[in-house]
Amino acid sequence: MLRGIIIAVLSIAVVGTGYWGYQEHKEKNAILVNAENTYQRAFHDLTYQMDLLHDKIGTSLAMNSKTSLSPALAEVWRITSEAHNDVGQLPLTLLPFNKTEEFLADIGEFTYRTAVRDLDKNPLSDKEYQNLQSLYKQSADIQKDLRQVQHLVLKNNLRWMDVELALASGKENADNTIIDGFKTVEKTVEGFSENNFGPTEIGMRKKDERFRDLKGPKISQERAVEIAKKYSPYGSKAEIRVTKNGKGSDYGFYSIDVKSPEHKAESTIDITEKGGYPIWFIVSRELGNQKLSLNEAGNRAVAFVKENKFEDFELFESFQFDSVGIFTFVGSKNGVRIYPDTFKVKVALDNGGIIGFSGEDYLKSHHERNNLKPSITVEEAMSKVNPNVKIMDKGLAVILSKLNKEVLCHEFTGTMGKDTYRIFVNAETGEEEQVEKLDNVEPNF
Amino acid sequence: MRSIHSFIKILAVCTLLTVVVPLTGGEHRSEAFSNQVIQKGAVGDDVIELQARLEHLGYYKGKVDGVFGWGTYWALRNFQQKFGLPVDGIAGSKTKQKLAKASKYDAKSVKSRMYKGNTAAKKAPQSKVTASNVPKGFSKNDIQLMSNAVHGEARGEPYIGQVAVAAVIINRMQSSSFPSTISGVIFEPRAFTAVADGQIWLTPNETSKKAVLDALNGWDPTGNAIYYFNPDTATSAWIWSRPQIKRIGKHIFCK
Repeated sequence: MLRGIIIAVLSIAVVGTGYWGYQEHKEKNAILVNAENTYQRAFHDLTYQMDLLHDKIGTSLAMNSKTSLSPALAEVWRITSEAHNDVGQLPLTLLPFNKTEEFLADIGEFTYRTAVRDLDKNPLSDKEYQNLQSLYKQSADIQKDLRQVQHLVLKNNLRWMDVELALASGKENADNTIIDGFKTVEKTVEGFSENNFGPTEIGMRKKDERFRDLKGPKISQERAVEIAKKYSPYGSKAEIRVTKNGKGSDYGFYSIDVKSPEHKAESTIDITEKGGYPIWFIVSRELGNQKLSLNEAGNRAVAFVKENKFEDFELFESFQFDSVGIFTFVGSKNGVRIYPDTFKVKVALDNGGIIGFSGEDYLKSHHERNNLKPSITVEEAMSKVNPNVKIMDKGLAVILSKLNKEVLCHEFTGTMGKDTYRIFVNAETGEEEQVEKLDNVEPNF
Repeated sequence: MRSIHSFIKILAVCTLLTVVVPLTGGEHRSEAFSNQVIQKGAVGDDVIELQARLEHLGYYKGKVDGVFGWGTYWALRNFQQKFGLPVDGIAGSKTKQKLAKASKYDAKSVKSRMYKGNTAAKKAPQSKVTASNVPKGFSKNDIQLMSNAVHGEARGEPYIGQVAVAAVIINRMQSSSFPSTISGVIFEPRAFTAVADGQIWLTPNETSKKAVLDALNGWDPTGNAIYYFNPDTATSAWIWSRPQIKRIGKHIFCK
């Protein structure tokens, strides 16, 4: 009797476990298939966009009328961004695929610039036409390679999940058709000559100025530590660690960590090797309740900046985040705001201490600027601004244009309805260079 | 007897005076601002009062939320212009005096109106304001998402190492070889181990949030790095071939 019951219970348990296992297995498979499909969609979409890209560049080459060329180039720009989006959804981060991504970004950048330009006034130059032709050829090469991969994926039923597994286990060099295929694409792109667009034409890629305008001799490690002590809470028990920049950095710097148990603070500061300028520093400690107003803290920030011999600046914006005040300074020369020369100071609102500085942009871009005279008047510039905007403030400013060049502008701050806008009108050409909607406050949920 | 009587009288008057005078004075003071100079970007009780007073006079049309934004700025400037004050958009002592004279402020009713239907204020009654400043171009949800990623990736790292991880996310956003949104960068397959193994969904602490704010406000401890890896656990051989900029904590940051 008892044996019978035990057998019955056990067999129910066995059947139940089996059923549960089968369900789990089914669920796992469903999820895997789902993930696989997401990858497949991104991949096939990518090859489709590359086909389209090649075609569209081809048709724009054949176009003669300016009115059809602009939309065609804008279309190419849109397709590159779609393709870029697809690449971002594939597990390629640890694969050398960045040249191809940069190539896509370059096409996008080139076509965007030409598409928004007034081609009637300023038609495609011979050089740009040649660029377009070589882009056409290069996109054909990429298209061919990708189609080859796509063909193999479809023929052999290859799965992206295997790529993912191969990458996860660090065996990316093992034979994997998809990985090999993408490596081939990357090699093809590497083969394209780098100077396609000429150095002056690439804008969106962040220009690396490498602190070219810094003055002063190279400093030693000891000197760097001395400078660091000026900015960090530092006591007799402080622990100091200095490291030199790695080989991959574009410029020489020292990184100095100061741990001060007396102040319960840890700070880190980077100092340029040339001239010994602080690039940035952060002091990290527990902050107490707010005791200083933002205004007082701002005065401390200004005093700090003056002590450190910064010239030609103005306090531009201040913001309070909990017990911290962040102050943004911009350059200022004869009443002209120099937006690229920007640096920030962070002040603790519990005791007014300077707990952060970030001056990389300032160090990279600060230089003598001449010729800050506008060639069109304020009235002319104002007439270019949307008449619905009520202008409250005006002045002159140097900003970085979309093509990453410094341009002199008339700056207007105005309101329309409840919103505030900052509008820059080029002081040479009268074109609206940039319009920003200003909004830094968000309700708490 | 007479002298005692008059003494008591004087004493009574004196005590009455000492009680009443500071009371009225104190009441007057608590009605008006504290003595700080209020400027754009400030947050707190004084800003609530400033907004409420400007609203009472019809200059301020936005929500009373305790954060001195552009709306408050223009309202204050209009007030200063109408009342013959120097127009600088900063509430100094003169501006505050005139404002306090010209308007009424009932802290209780203003605040009960402010917190009505605001769940955040109910949950944390000590948070007096109903809005906050955010770095330009980013929302609070962006900050939250990034804090999650930083917490999942680098919670054991020193503070500066956490700022560095947040800075890499931002550098990737600006790089042409990566997606151009925060979510795109974070959720790119195989980009971050914390996303792959689900650690991104741990609840982030205040430190990672502060680190993210520093990075969004422009601090980049990495020298423009777009990759980083832990040399002890890295499985990819390729990552070692990237030019290395510096090491922070356990991570090596590279181009």
